[in-house]
This record gives sequence, C-alpha cells and structure tokens, in this order.
Amino acid sequence: MISRLLSSDFPRSRVLTGLLILIVLGLAFAPFLFPGAKALNVAAKIVIFIVLVASFDLLLGYTGIFSFAHTMFFGIGAYGVAIASSRMGAGWDSLFIGMGGALALSLILSLVIGLMSLRVRALFYAMITLAVATAFLTLASQMSEISGGDDGLNFRLPDVFSPGTSFLENPVLGVDINGRLLTYYVLFVMAVVLFLAMLRIVNSPFGRVLQAIRENDFRAEAIGYRIVIFRIWSNILGALFATLAGCMLAMWLRYNGPDTSLSFAIMINILLIIVIGGMGSMYGAVAGTTIFLLAENYLQDLMGVVNRATAEIPFVSHLFDPDRWLLWLGVMFILSVYFLPMGIVGKLRLRAMRIGKK
Amino acid sequence: MSTAELPIAKKAVQTAAIPKKQIDWIPLLLTPVLALAALPFISPSTWLTLTIAGLAMGMIIFVIASGLTLIFGLMDVLNFGHGLFIALGGYVAYSVLGALSDWVAADSLMLNLAALMAAIAAAMVVSGIVGWIFERVLVRRVYGLHLMQILITMGGMVVGEELIKVVWGAEMKAMLVPTTLVGAGEVFGIPFEKYRVFAVVIGLIVFAIMMLVLNRTKVGLLIRAGVQDSEMVESLGYRIKTLFVGVFVTGTALAGLGGVLWGLYQQGLTPQMGAGVNVLIFIVIIIGGLGSTGGSFVGAMLVGLLANYTTYLMPKVALVSNILLMVAILVWRPNGIYKVTNR
Repeated sequence: MISRLLSSDFPRSRVLTGLLILIVLGLAFAPFLFPGAKALNVAAKIVIFIVLVASFDLLLGYTGIFSFAHTMFFGIGAYGVAIASSRMGAGWDSLFIGMGGALALSLILSLVIGLMSLRVRALFYAMITLAVATAFLTLASQMSEISGGDDGLNFRLPDVFSPGTSFLENPVLGVDINGRLLTYYVLFVMAVVLFLAMLRIVNSPFGRVLQAIRENDFRAEAIGYRIVIFRIWSNILGALFATLAGCMLAMWLRYNGPDTSLSFAIMINILLIIVIGGMGSMYGAVAGTTIFLLAENYLQDLMGVVNRATAEIPFVSHLFDPDRWLLWLGVMFILSVYFLPMGIVGKLRLRAMRIGKK
Repeated sequence: MSTAELPIAKKAVQTAAIPKKQIDWIPLLLTPVLALAALPFISPSTWLTLTIAGLAMGMIIFVIASGLTLIFGLMDVLNFGHGLFIALGGYVAYSVLGALSDWVAADSLMLNLAALMAAIAAAMVVSGIVGWIFERVLVRRVYGLHLMQILITMGGMVVGEELIKVVWGAEMKAMLVPTTLVGAGEVFGIPFEKYRVFAVVIGLIVFAIMMLVLNRTKVGLLIRAGVQDSEMVESLGYRIKTLFVGVFVTGTALAGLGGVLWGLYQQGLTPQMGAGVNVLIFIVIIIGGLGSTGGSFVGAMLVGLLANYTTYLMPKVALVSNILLMVAILVWRPNGIYKVTNR
C-alpha cells in the first residue's frame, strides 16, 4: 500500500524518513499544534511551495532543464483564479473556470516555448525563459485593466472558505473549525495528491527517460528516444503543476499581484530551496521547503538580535540587518552548491548507504 | 532562400586553396533598414530624437554585452551574475561623482569631463577587481558544468546585490549628471540631448578599441581563435585559462563602464538595476550569436532603436518588442546573426 502510494521510491535513509514523517505530521496537524494566524500562514506557504518546488525539480532535477519561466506559470495559476473570481464573483464555477483557463494558457505557452527553444542547449533555454518571464511580469503589472496592475486583485471565494463560516459551535482543542481551516486542509490534500502524482511520474518509465536525458542526452537519443519530445513533455508537466500551485496560492491569500506570485525573488527562493533540499529527488522539495521557510522567519529574528548586539560597529551591524537575510541565504546557497551538491537529501542518502555497507 | 544556400557557399570557400575572408553584409543593413522603416510613421524631428536615444541605449547595452559574449565564447561560461557589475559600476561612479560634486556642478566642459572620466575609471577598476575575485571564487570551479554555472553565478549575484545594499543602502539613488551634459543642444536647428550623444561617442570609442584589439593584435587573434575552438588554441601551447581570466576581468570592467553610462542615462540607481539590464543583454547576445562581438553590436543597436520607436508608437507593444525581435531573428537565423563558435 505505502509502496504503491510512494511509487516504490522510498526516502532510503532513516534520518530522512524520520524528518519526512515529522514534516508531514506537523503539516497535517499544524492548525492544532501551532495555533495562531501566523503559524497557519507559514504552514500553508510550506504546503504550496512544496508543490511549486517539486514541479521545478521535475524540470531541473530530473530532466536537466533550467527554466526561469517557472514563476510565470505559478503566476498564471494565481492570476487565473484571481481574475475569474473577481470578474464572475465568488463561486465554485468561477474558481474552476479560473483554474481551467490558467491550465490551458500554461499548456499552450509551455508548448510554444518548448517547441521554440528546447532544441537548443540548457544555457540558451535559461536565457530565453528569463527574457519571456520578465516580459510577462512587465505585462502583468502594466495591463491594469485585466490584472489590476501593481495593486493586484482582491477577490472572494465560495462562502465555505470564508473565515466567517463556522462549522461547529465550539472550538476543538482550542481551534475554531471555520472556513479558513477548511481552506488549509483542502490545500493540504491537494498538495499530497499532486506530490504523489509527481512522484509517480518521475518513477515511471517516462521519468526514467527524463533522467537518462539529464545524465547524457546524446546517449538517450542514441538509444532511440526522441529527446525533444520528452523535454517538451517534461516542460509542460512542470508548467501545469506550477500553475496548480499558483491556484493554491491564490486560494489561500484571496489576493494576487505581481509581487506575490511573479516576482524574480520567488524564482530565487525556488532555486535556494531546491539546492538546499537536493536536486533530483522529490523529497528534497519537502525537506528544503520546510527548512527554508522556517529559516526565513527564524533567521530574521536571529539577525535582529545580532544586529542589536553589534549596533556599535558601523559596517558589521548593517550586515546583520534583518532586511539583509537574503545575503546570508545567498552565502548558504553558494556553500551548499559546493559542499552539498545533492542537497540535504543526497547527503543523508549517501550517509545511509555508507552505514549500510559497513 | 539565401539562408538555405549559405552553408554550401561557406563550404565551397573553405575548400578553396586560400580562403578569402568573407564578410556577411546582410545583418549590417538591418539597423539602417529598421531606422528608415520607422521614418514614415514619425515626424522627422521626433524621429531624430528617438534615433539618437535608441543609438545611445544600444551603445550602452553593447558596452555591457560585448564582455559577456566573449566570456561565453571563450570558455563556454555564461555569467548570470554579469548584471551585478553593472550595478556596482553605477554605484562606484555615484560615490566618485558625489565626492567631486564641485567639478560636476561647475559650468565647464573640461571639469565635467574630468569628473566623469574619474568616475568611469574608478567604476572600471572596482568592477574589474571584483570580477577577478568573482572568477577566482565562483566561476573557476564550475567550468563545463552549465547547470552549476547558472546556480553559482545567480548565487553570486544575490550575494553581491545584498552587499551593495549593505554599503550604499537599498533605496534608489539619484545620479548627478554633469552640468554641461544636461538638457538639449542644437546643431543646424536640429535639437538633440547632449548626454545621449556623449554616450554614443563613448560607445563608439569602446567599439573601435575593441575591434582594433580583436583584429589587429596577437591577443585579439588568440581570443578570436579561442572563441572558435578553444581546445585547438590550447593544444598549440597557449594558456587559454589565463587569456580567459583577462577577458573576464575586461568584460566585468566594461560592464562597470556600462553601469556608469546606464545610471546617467536613467538618472538613477537601484541595487536591482543589474538584473533588469541582464535580460536586455541576454536578448542582445542571443540575437547577435553567442560569442560574436559584431553580432552583439548589431543586436544592441536593433534592441535600442526598436525599444525607442515602439515606446513612442505603440507603448503596449514596447513591453514585448525585444522578445518579438529575438523570435524574428531566431526564425531567420537559429544561431543568431553571426555564428562564431563551433559548439
């Protein structure tokens, strides 16, 4: 049963298994374990980013395609739900039409970009997607009659998702059972389903071909696989999953603007997470996202403490300004590219293999 | 049509006893053709203003892009952190111009130019030194590993950008433009913006020097040969890595110069400016053909002109005009205007 669910792709390390179980249990009971609006926000963000990062891993880690357009598809998903819900009013139909429209647009865009540029080398593709994503960001912030411009769009979802809707009279374990909680669990279930689907894809024969292309595209072609077709498929799948992650983000925030879903900072976050967690393993997305998003909050607090402690020293205290947390994550990122090329997951698996041999 | 016949024609030349250097003229016509094509839609005086603005923008982009394309051509290294040096150059110049504010504010062309030259020199030196460190610490370890290169250089850019914020602050800075370069001048009744002409002149000087070095010196010969086939140059006994470090440092210094020009052109600096310009530069070097200096020159001119014309004629199209231009060029020549590398 478990083997089927995980597509026989086990964490293959005891420490990693423990960590993953801890994360999944933590997320499943987050509203009860960590009460409070902020904690629930962080948990929801972790859930959404796990899907987003895993979909990027499908591209970068499994197929070896470097796409900077991933936030574009994330944004398309978020804008799809936002535009449909703000135009047609709150309702299930507008939610699903928004999702469907976003998925269709992502499908077409990723197919066109793939057809145009996946024949060429990785670097070329990275540059072209960077250009396309930047143009899309500019369009989204300029076309204010459609996208709401820089202000973005506020919208409402069906009433069951509204925080005002209470399902039970009394709080359970001190937590109100309301629409907000329901939204969280809908997202959580969506994330679990999408994650397992991606795990299934990468462990299918199709996924094996993708990995062969990543390792050596020339040989994969020689064996008889049309690598262009496989790359385009991988690109489309990655885009569609990213779009769904974008829909989830819009459902949680009930707001969308260029900064929340399209900005380059999100792309950098995805890169940081995937490198820290470990490329080429879906579990890397889970571990990396959780660690990164917790660090994002925790690191800033820590830096605030150091900042106050070093307030006398002019330059050093600026280094520890809480606004400069990206500096330290950037340093961590470079160090992990050097010393943990396979990320946390790769390191733990390697350790488990060594212990197993002894 | 002609594109289909081209490879055959080239092959015929290669098998001839002494191959003559064949210059591909068609791309060179693109810039004047684009400029003339825009003329019927715009009144002549506006057209001139836009054309000068476009050329100025193109020159600045070329100054930045030329280094990147050579770096790529020589060692197959694509520096996604190139934009960092643009911002760095701009900020160093900001500090120098701030320190020399008397010269900048003086109403004398000589003093203004002296201040500008000091700023440019400082920007180039600092960018070059940081570029050298960047190559040493980050790029050197990831030769030949493309995915790692993208990751590492992106990481370098994130850290660099944050360090710029630590030193100069995160808010936008206004760039002081020297007094005699502010506003418009007039020659034969035709108005033009002074600073833009200055930028065009600087760009042309850089282009001329670069062409001279590349085509008339031994180092230039080695660089061109290295771009075409670096293994061959290495097997002939030249240290391609030393050459590459030189090109990398020069390229980052040029990006610093470009940053000064860009900051004055936009009259403001933000730490994120590099990432924005980066996108333009990538488009330019893709259009030009990776590794080709001449190609990136043509590409930069096209991007600069098209951006200015479309902003005036159809502001909404201007947002994606670069992408459309890139797609059009790639449909015409899939490897960019000039294909120089053998990879």
